[in-house]
Amino acid sequence: MPGRLASFRTALGQVIRTSAFKLSAAYLLIFIIFAVFVLGYLSWTSRRLLDDQITATIETEINALAEQYRQGGERRLITAIERRSRQSGSFIYLLVDRRGDSVTGNALLRVPALDQSPGWIEVNFGAPDEPADVNRLAKLRVFLLPSGFRLFVGRDLEDRARLQEVIRRARRWTVLLVLVLGGFGAWFVTRRVLARVDAIAASSARIMDGNLSERLPVTNVDDEFDRLALHLNQMLDRIGELMAGLRELSDNVAHDLRTPLTRLRNGAEEALRKAGTLEESREALLRAIDESDQLIRIFDALLMIARAETGNLATSLQDIRLDDALSGLAELYEPLAEEAGLPLRVTIEPGLTLRANRELLGRAVANLLDNALKYGQPNAEGEGPAPEIRLAARRSGEAIEIVVADRGSGIPEADRERVTERFVRLDRSRAKPGFGLGLSLVHAIARLHGGVLRLEDNAPGLKAVISLPAGLAPLPPDAHNPA
Amino acid sequence: MKILVVEDDAEAGRYLTRALGEAGHVADLAMDGEAGLEMALAGSYDVLIVDRMLPKRDGLSLVMALRAEKRTTPVLILSALGQVDDRVLGLRAGGDDYLTKPYAFTECLARVEALARRQNPQSAQLTYRVGDLELDRLAHRVTRGGEEILLQPREFRLLEYLMRHAGQVVTRTMLLENVWDYHFDPQTNVIDVHISRLRGKIDRGQGGSLLHTVRGAGYMIRDNAR
Repeated sequence: MPGRLASFRTALGQVIRTSAFKLSAAYLLIFIIFAVFVLGYLSWTSRRLLDDQITATIETEINALAEQYRQGGERRLITAIERRSRQSGSFIYLLVDRRGDSVTGNALLRVPALDQSPGWIEVNFGAPDEPADVNRLAKLRVFLLPSGFRLFVGRDLEDRARLQEVIRRARRWTVLLVLVLGGFGAWFVTRRVLARVDAIAASSARIMDGNLSERLPVTNVDDEFDRLALHLNQMLDRIGELMAGLRELSDNVAHDLRTPLTRLRNGAEEALRKAGTLEESREALLRAIDESDQLIRIFDALLMIARAETGNLATSLQDIRLDDALSGLAELYEPLAEEAGLPLRVTIEPGLTLRANRELLGRAVANLLDNALKYGQPNAEGEGPAPEIRLAARRSGEAIEIVVADRGSGIPEADRERVTERFVRLDRSRAKPGFGLGLSLVHAIARLHGGVLRLEDNAPGLKAVISLPAGLAPLPPDAHNPA
Repeated sequence: MKILVVEDDAEAGRYLTRALGEAGHVADLAMDGEAGLEMALAGSYDVLIVDRMLPKRDGLSLVMALRAEKRTTPVLILSALGQVDDRVLGLRAGGDDYLTKPYAFTECLARVEALARRQNPQSAQLTYRVGDLELDRLAHRVTRGGEEILLQPREFRLLEYLMRHAGQVVTRTMLLENVWDYHFDPQTNVIDVHISRLRGKIDRGQGGSLLHTVRGAGYMIRDNAR
């Protein structure tokens, strides 16, 4: 039992601390105050209304008695009072003499009659045959007759008191009902809110425990919790993607660095084991250097991508004339392309300028040209258009597009998204040298400049388009480094 | 050539000084920035190799302090940092060349030798001569054994750079940097094709070849007779 009590206390504390509960309580209080005020006003006005009505009827009765008095003096008045007292009705009559003793009437005052001065009074009274402790309230008009007698005429206030009592009770019940129902409502709403919050907390706890595929519960009511949960789920998806990417990266790093490292080691071991001529040892060492150069290249490429992904362009932006920059690159690659039987055709729209990091942009285009040279050999001999590599730059609406297109076998549509990820190499390209980092770098550089890398079908072949915002400066420098 | 290596990693520093020694240079080692600055100011070194991340005083601040003392000793900055602007910052601080770790020693050596040569007044001469090959910078004329060789502008610059560093190894990245002004490591053998074209033009037949490939390092133009 104490355990249950304690857990109830915790639950209670939890409920009371929630903002939903506090809000409900505040509303409840406001509503109670309002209800009390409304009922109070009702009570006050109804009392006034009744009072006015009572006064009016008393006035009428008094006028009748005054008529009797005028016609026949005290004697006639007494007769009239006696007659009227016997009639059933709620009028109260009392005539007392100079000593205060009752002369006639249907009531006795519970206060000394002589103390009452003329005018309106409210006093307790009882019937002559009732015990002295029966007290009823009456509203009376007091007259002092010339003979020194006092006349009391009035009405029982029982009705008014009953009405007041009814209203008082209604007020009590209203407050009680509002408290109970409102309290229950608040409790219910809060429990419901808490249940949602608890569900989200439980899910996130499980996610933190390592169940990364779990998502926050989303009901179909489309309320604020659902919106929150949906957003958080999107965030979790993004984080999941990043984590998957990271895992893939580390797997790939492990694989792609291990392979050349293993070759390096094997080569050294073999050279040691064979203990051949000096010339053979030299050969082995040179191979080892080649292998380690490969490793350094992978490192460089990875570093470069990391730079481009997290980099800040602020100090390295410059206005670049695209025809200069690209024709320099074209000229660098032309002999190689020619040798590979893939003539480089260059069409650069004159006068294009761009604010960019020349180094990175050059690197990106060079990577695309490298790829075109590697994969640009046509598939089936003698079919389709003549093999060539096209390097073009043109303005396209708000963008400047740098295009590198080849006539090779292209990239299947399904793989185009994937190839920009690090270390992703399509099976067909496994045989060629490379690490699967080239397009990742181009992609990262394009994004760093506020643009995109699009891979399209060149029918046949691949058409890689770096699309950069024209005229505008690339993303403001602080957009990359929020900190 | 007297070289000061400022490198806090003992192993890397010893390797570098030893390798420089084997290449025929005299190399001293300083293990932190303060010691490095002191030695650089006191000794007369031809080239400094300075790591960027150093205890006591970082590499860039060392170079700036050195330049503030009006010392023009060429500095090669080594860095493992990976930011887009690192190179720019390094050169702005007063460095003359920049090399990212990990690097091949041949690359480092080639750059150090190129830096030393740059200090040398003879590097700015108007004509270069290697064997019977002659390059006239003013007239933009290249002759071999008196016979004129027609070169494309870029081929001319390539040959000019090679000849300015005659007898030294010039790496592919150095060529890409100095002839094409791009600072990346070309993935394919773009430079090789340019070299072989150039070779085809200048080494035709007579007099033996002057332009050599140095395996694992780069190229060298050298007079065989000497």
